[in-house]
Amino acid sequence: MSLWEYANPVKFLGLSARVQPYVWGGAALCLIVGLGWGFFGTPDDYRQGSTVKIIYLHVPAALMAINAWFMMLVASLVWLIRRHHVSALAAKAAAPVGVTMTVIALITGAIWGQPMWGTWWAWDPRLTSFLILFLFYLGYIALWEAVEDPDTAADLTSVLCLVGSVFAVLSRYAVKFWNQGLHQGTSVPLATGGRTVSDVFFYPLLISMVGFGLLFLALVLYRTGTEIRLRRARALLARSERGA
Amino acid sequence: MMPELGKYAAEVLAAYGVSLLLLAGLVGLSLNKGRKARATLADIEARKDG
Repeated sequence: MSLWEYANPVKFLGLSARVQPYVWGGAALCLIVGLGWGFFGTPDDYRQGSTVKIIYLHVPAALMAINAWFMMLVASLVWLIRRHHVSALAAKAAAPVGVTMTVIALITGAIWGQPMWGTWWAWDPRLTSFLILFLFYLGYIALWEAVEDPDTAADLTSVLCLVGSVFAVLSRYAVKFWNQGLHQGTSVPLATGGRTVSDVFFYPLLISMVGFGLLFLALVLYRTGTEIRLRRARALLARSERGA
Repeated sequence: MMPELGKYAAEVLAAYGVSLLLLAGLVGLSLNKGRKARATLADIEARKDG
């Protein structure tokens, strides 16, 4: 069995329908436990006070904002190289989810920053690269809507996605590249394991991160199915109009 | 039941309120669009077969 079998829309929809109940269920469970534990069951931080509870939203949303773009990048590359329609539609389906995660990260960051940094916004490397990533998301979605031919739209948005990946990388590593600005370093560096968050905050945060990841997966599976159906509906309509 | 949020209660509640609203909106709009797409496709296929 090959992964490319699922480039067939019918097989993709079949697999998607089978796994979605588990993914939606897992997402709901992890979000309720992670956010509920974080909000109701963790103490205040000795410096941040109760604003530390914003971490359970801000960090997972920021993580998914960047990872959504990387998922779109992989799907766009698959489209450009192998011309599988499902991959182009999956990238299209992921963009509104990614932009929502980016907005949540920006808003929760600003709400946290005002009392902690004394400002809603600073032209800090990470914040600025995140804002540019947000604008790339908007441009990507607008481009899909602006181009009528779906294959041309997929080509153009895939190229835009490649360009925007620079800012997705910068959003993640801006703190390390420039080593300046207000934003602190990564709280949970998964690659090195040297986290700066104590256990009492870390475990609910981890569960929230898993919950956001599963929610992203569930939404992308569902929305990709929607895009496949809309594409088939348009194709059938065009065929019947040609036949009439 | 409600935790003591102290002087930052407004910030914490605003962050949770806005985020949960955005997530609920995204899920709701996605489900709505999905339902409409299924209905549209079913209608077109029924007309084609009929």
